[in-house]
Amino acid sequence: MLRQFHSLPGLIAALLVMLLAISGAMLSVDPALERLHSTSTAAGQVNVSQLAGRVASHFQGVEQIQRTASGTVIVYYNQDGQAGAEKVDPLTGQGLAPYEPSAFSRWMKDLHRSLFLGTPGHGVSGVGALLMLMLSVSGALLLARRLGGWRNLLRPLRGSFSQRWHAEVGRLALLGLLLSALSGLYMCATTFGFIADGSQNEPTFPAHVSAGPALPVANLKALQATDLNDLRELVYPNPNNPQDMFSLRTAQGDGYVDQASGTLLSYQAHDSMRNVYELIYQLHTGEGLWWLGLPLGLCALCVPLMSVTGILLWWRRRKAAPNIRENCTAQSADSVILVGSENNSTWGFANTLHDALHQAGHRVHSAAMNQYTSEYGNAQRVFILTATHGDGDAPASASQFLARLTRVGLKPGLPFAVLGLGDRQFAQFCQYAHQVQDAMLQAGGSPLLELETVNRQSAQEFARWGRALGKVLGQDLTLVHTPEQPRTHQLILMERIAYGEQVNAPTHVLRFKAASELPEFLAGDLAGILPPGSAIPRFYSLASSSQDGVLEICVRKHEGGVCSQFLHNLDIGASIEAFIQPNPQFRPASGAHPVILIGAGTGIGPLTGFIRNNKARHPMHLYWGGRNPASDFLYESELKRYLADQRLTALRAAFSQVMGGSYVQDRLISDALVLRRLIEKGAQVLVCGGREMAKGVMQALDEVLAPINLSVLTLKAQGRYREDVY
Amino acid sequence: MKKIIAASCLAGAVALPGLVQAREVTLTTQLKDYSGNDAYLAIYVTDATGQYQKTLWVAGKKAKYYRHLADWARGSGMNPSEFDGVSGASVGSGRTLKVSVELADTLIDAGYQIRIDSAVEDKRDARADVSVPLTSKGAGKPATGSTYVESFTYDL
Repeated sequence: MLRQFHSLPGLIAALLVMLLAISGAMLSVDPALERLHSTSTAAGQVNVSQLAGRVASHFQGVEQIQRTASGTVIVYYNQDGQAGAEKVDPLTGQGLAPYEPSAFSRWMKDLHRSLFLGTPGHGVSGVGALLMLMLSVSGALLLARRLGGWRNLLRPLRGSFSQRWHAEVGRLALLGLLLSALSGLYMCATTFGFIADGSQNEPTFPAHVSAGPALPVANLKALQATDLNDLRELVYPNPNNPQDMFSLRTAQGDGYVDQASGTLLSYQAHDSMRNVYELIYQLHTGEGLWWLGLPLGLCALCVPLMSVTGILLWWRRRKAAPNIRENCTAQSADSVILVGSENNSTWGFANTLHDALHQAGHRVHSAAMNQYTSEYGNAQRVFILTATHGDGDAPASASQFLARLTRVGLKPGLPFAVLGLGDRQFAQFCQYAHQVQDAMLQAGGSPLLELETVNRQSAQEFARWGRALGKVLGQDLTLVHTPEQPRTHQLILMERIAYGEQVNAPTHVLRFKAASELPEFLAGDLAGILPPGSAIPRFYSLASSSQDGVLEICVRKHEGGVCSQFLHNLDIGASIEAFIQPNPQFRPASGAHPVILIGAGTGIGPLTGFIRNNKARHPMHLYWGGRNPASDFLYESELKRYLADQRLTALRAAFSQVMGGSYVQDRLISDALVLRRLIEKGAQVLVCGGREMAKGVMQALDEVLAPINLSVLTLKAQGRYREDVY
Repeated sequence: MKKIIAASCLAGAVALPGLVQAREVTLTTQLKDYSGNDAYLAIYVTDATGQYQKTLWVAGKKAKYYRHLADWARGSGMNPSEFDGVSGASVGSGRTLKVSVELADTLIDAGYQIRIDSAVEDKRDARADVSVPLTSKGAGKPATGSTYVESFTYDL
């Protein structure tokens, strides 16, 4: 919901907000430029009567003296029927240059506040400010949620280029944009009279004017008492009307000055509404606050970048979202399908189920588990198809399901069926599906079928579940699922470096080039490789980025492993079919915080990729476990080169099959002091390798962190501990 | 004082309908090609010494800017009843404002003047940009303005 709230107005508003932001950024320079070209006077240095006296010695027929918030003093005069306006030096009263407001700034200002559309345009700009406010607030909430709370708002970010820049620039500009949007809204509200700005309270013209000759302007007491820095405007009396008076406007209030007596009459101090208006006006325009105007302008300049990256993100999410035909609304559906998916493969199964139920005459609604609502009024059954992420966690599209279920509840006795999809290789096979099953029972649902699981996208198991389901529903339900494969690229094996034969852990570093062009990828992303004759891809962490010009993976040969055997036996020059699955969560965050890389065996692959790309020389500490340095020290020479050129700060390797052998966990424990210091400096931890190793690393790190009252769980919550485990 | 005002208003209200003949006057104000935003204008009648008598037309809708039409603002007190029904949009550079308003016959050929105060955002305020005697002889003859007004004509 929050995301929709952020992206929908974002799309509509992108153009309008960009226009306002760019014009605002242009205007933000004006106060600083004006300040550069004006002479500032200290408080108490020059008073208005002195200025008027000096001006009188250079100009005749003065009608008006103005001082802008930025300190420019302008004299309007009318000499022998020739009207003129001139900027003057407040210290001498001498003219500096004719005053002509910049036509460009005027044009920009008109664009900014009304898009040249007059009063309706002011309304449109006001809507723009409101949208900016909504975007800033919802964006900040999204970012806080992503980083695990407001306290973590300044933590390093990771993700794809657009994701990272959108958030990085967004949090930099947040305060400025909030200020500009709020003050802009206020100004729009005063324009339309929704909020009073105190400008209507004019002093009344004094009833009595003292008789007698006019004093020289330099002798008027009221002007002597007014500091130049407080002056807004001094309007001279009409020379043909002895009954007329000076009208004096200052920062504090307005009044009239008697030409003969020099006294201030009918003075009216500005009320609080007026003071508020002037303060907010200054905050918005930076007039008289050039040092604020410039950063506000910079913040505004971030808006076009955020608009473009925001639209890109929205478009990608839209493209990635599953396309469901004949999807009924939540309210009208008799069958609801909820999907928990990490990378959309579960959606393929859901789609097949959706089509089959639709064919059987049901009204079907499919949605992500995170969209669970209370609106299933007509539902007679709920199906939940879910994968499991990591160590028994919820997949991305189900991360909030259990909380929502607890909050919203379930129609009592509603029949449901949970289908878990996973891979039996993992210890926590379909763990999350079991959690969901328990939660649904607890919420009062009645199981339509027992929990079933599908191993490795097995079409047979899925079809079997469909038949069981059909029996319960009293219908013939045929579920034929053909997994949709992403578009693959043909890659040609260029180079093979073999390690570990002697220690019974044959491991190859394989480098491929593209038959035509390499797809876009970064180290840490996954390559899905289809061994010949298999429809199910195996995923390998990438040790290179597409910029390196090769696709590099590190593969250990497993007994009975179809794909690893295939890759180990592949001839140089032979080709494979592969596709890229982005894994933006697993890569070093932006910023200069230290990075602790931990891995064992082939887990070194992506970690080496990170080090190779560490061109900014941020501190990176590598902990890695192998068997014997003589046989399986993967990437040894390359890592030593990186140590020498400081892409790698420290290399701590542990070997298990040598005298006094140790594991990477032991290395962590013995290095506890260093690790604690790094963590305290804000380091992030990236772990890559087998599941058992990851578990051991977590225990070891908990032990290391205990003295500083931290745990891996806290680091995880802060987004500082990421794993790529297989 | 209040009592006197109330009394004279009452007298006016009773006396006016019978005595005062009014006619329609067409005011044509052409602005110069200046560089700037739309101008605010106040067209009003003064006596020979420049004392405010009656508002004929106010161009410009935002009352918060009326103070820049200084003489008129002072004379009328910017009291909305003074310009009720005789106001409209501000006038752009080079544009012409043409309006017809009611004018009492007693003001014609009696030593009164028509004046225009004008103002443009971020530019000078012009008091008495135009100042012409209100006479039947002067009708139809364009007068030149000093600041933003190129020419002003009233047709009786």
